[in-house]
Amino acid sequence: MNDVPWWAGQDLWRKMAIWVTAFMAVVLIFLTFDTVKQITAGGKRVPAYSVINNKIFYKFNAERNMQEPVIGGEAPLFGQVLNEEEAQALVSLGKMTVQAKNCMNCHTLLGNGAYYAPDLTKAWLDPGWGAESVREQLMLAFLQDPEANARTYGTNRKMPQLGITEEEARGVVAFLKWMSSIDTNGFPRGFTPIKQEEAS
Amino acid sequence: MTVATFDSANLNVGQKLAVKYFTAAIVLFVAQILFGLLAGLQFVMPEFLYNVLDFNVNRMVHINAMIVWMLFGFIGSVYWLVEDEAGVPLVGAKLANLSFWVLTAAVTVVVLVYLFVQIGPGTMASIWFINEGREYIEAPRWADIGIVICVLIFFYNVAATFMKGKWSGISGVLVLDLVALAGLYLAGMFYTSNISMDQHWWWWVIHLWVEATWEVLVGCIMAWGLMKTLGARRSVVTTWLYIEVALMFGSGILGLGHHYFWIGTPEYWFTIGGFFSALEPIPLVAMVVHAVYDSGVHRFKNANHPALAWLIAHAFGNFFGAGVWGFMHTLPQINLYTHGTQWTASHGHLAFFGAYATIIIAVMYMAVQKWRGGVWMSAGLPGNGWKWKWSLGLLHVGIIGMTMALLIAGYEQSFVERAMEGSTWGAYFSAQTAPWFIQAMHWRMLFGVVMAFGTVLLVWDLATIGRGETRRAIDPEVHGDEVPAAA
Repeated sequence: MNDVPWWAGQDLWRKMAIWVTAFMAVVLIFLTFDTVKQITAGGKRVPAYSVINNKIFYKFNAERNMQEPVIGGEAPLFGQVLNEEEAQALVSLGKMTVQAKNCMNCHTLLGNGAYYAPDLTKAWLDPGWGAESVREQLMLAFLQDPEANARTYGTNRKMPQLGITEEEARGVVAFLKWMSSIDTNGFPRGFTPIKQEEAS
Repeated sequence: MTVATFDSANLNVGQKLAVKYFTAAIVLFVAQILFGLLAGLQFVMPEFLYNVLDFNVNRMVHINAMIVWMLFGFIGSVYWLVEDEAGVPLVGAKLANLSFWVLTAAVTVVVLVYLFVQIGPGTMASIWFINEGREYIEAPRWADIGIVICVLIFFYNVAATFMKGKWSGISGVLVLDLVALAGLYLAGMFYTSNISMDQHWWWWVIHLWVEATWEVLVGCIMAWGLMKTLGARRSVVTTWLYIEVALMFGSGILGLGHHYFWIGTPEYWFTIGGFFSALEPIPLVAMVVHAVYDSGVHRFKNANHPALAWLIAHAFGNFFGAGVWGFMHTLPQINLYTHGTQWTASHGHLAFFGAYATIIIAVMYMAVQKWRGGVWMSAGLPGNGWKWKWSLGLLHVGIIGMTMALLIAGYEQSFVERAMEGSTWGAYFSAQTAPWFIQAMHWRMLFGVVMAFGTVLLVWDLATIGRGETRRAIDPEVHGDEVPAAA
């Protein structure tokens, strides 16, 4: 049984397995340090939470050949300017509500989740809210009573009653607004945002 | 030794524990199918159980039951082979037994809370005690901690048994893989308000489990299974295992990048994720070659026909489900259109079934054979073995039918929602109401029912195969090349 060619030897492949795994793990760790730095809130790709004080546009960038969020002028959510700490607290309440209400097992966030209900990545910018002026109120009303405010677009699929309080609903809207400002490399593609006036 | 009835005197300590895990796994497998049917039905009849047992609850139980039954199946498989491979009795058997009951009780409580409490207010208490709300790892934090402790006990049992007995190539890979598997779970156990950060680490758990450490774990089980069923040579299966590890981790670790295209992570992941994930099917090809070649060399003479059939089903299911179906949408140019559509569901169904359900079922067949005292399970079973053949057939027709239906739905979504209508909610619903999508959901339901029939038959077969059998199993390690005398 010594006719095994060198390239089929057990010893060679054991070493290969170890070295390849170790090398790839080290590369991943290095990349992870960089990625974590770039996706920490407050950076270029993932803006600070206080971005909810501003307009958020979604525009085509010819150089990157993709759409990207553009932060506009002041447009405080619910008419209240928040500092970074307050903004994070509100977004965090929203994120925690999104988790506790198990939103991700119907919706997708950043494209991940379930496919029973629409993606929430750009929910804040969706033209389905009609006019910019009524968006915030419509969102609050919908989240608190999704059955009465159901819009099923002919599918009969309705969001269930999740017992979301007004405070939680405000948090969810803040979370959605903040999420829409994340640079998702052009996902979802070819998105048509709601019409928004450029702030002065 | 009693022949042909389930008698735990036929099993070693690790194996006694394994059959407990397998029994719990089967219960959860049935739960997965039931809640899958409910969720599938809600696509067709959205009013069904609205505000009672909503889609998000059914879907959560569907996917969680799957993750947990597969984990139970893996833990069971490892306990099944550990004494045999190490050559000594299981170390820490009492603790292992206690850990089984604690884990099973915890899973039961988690599922009951999912079903009856379902959701909570937006506070940390909900995340600790009800539902973490992150796909696949919804288990509340208290349960996470419990799972980690139970997995550590499992790891101790396995590692200590090998340390006391003898090491082999298979056990070496297995133990190192379990370290990674347990460690990675920790990456999913924290809360952050930053959704990009959340998803980034969430993929460490999901991807590096499913597309790396689980794959290596089933590689170990496959290597051991081929020795046991076919009498394949240890040196051959061990070399293949090393090749698979090199290729699997060589492609799969950085292949993680194909989940980092659209979640806020930097653009360099397009290149890295696209390239390495495109290589991920290669080790799966190696596995097909390896399994089919070994079977051919041994002229398919084997000790356990259903087990070998499921091992080969694993090799092909893994290649097509994880490999081909994953490759189809792994490049960013395509994924931009398919990400977050039923295309992913199509891949998910075929991959989890093909790569993992199959091989656990194979080990279960090996387990019932020995549990009944090493009975004959080769050719010429009563009724020509119709139950195992039909259950294998129905489960595969069901899963392939669902996969195809979901793929058509995914294509339709990619075209209508993404390419044509601009990815808004209006575009989403326009795709959901298109006839192709609606038809696909009906077909998926039909094939889901086929799968449910296959499951019933499988459970029935596992409970009855070999009952009253008087012939002894052939020993493939001794008689691998002989024609069996009794038939």
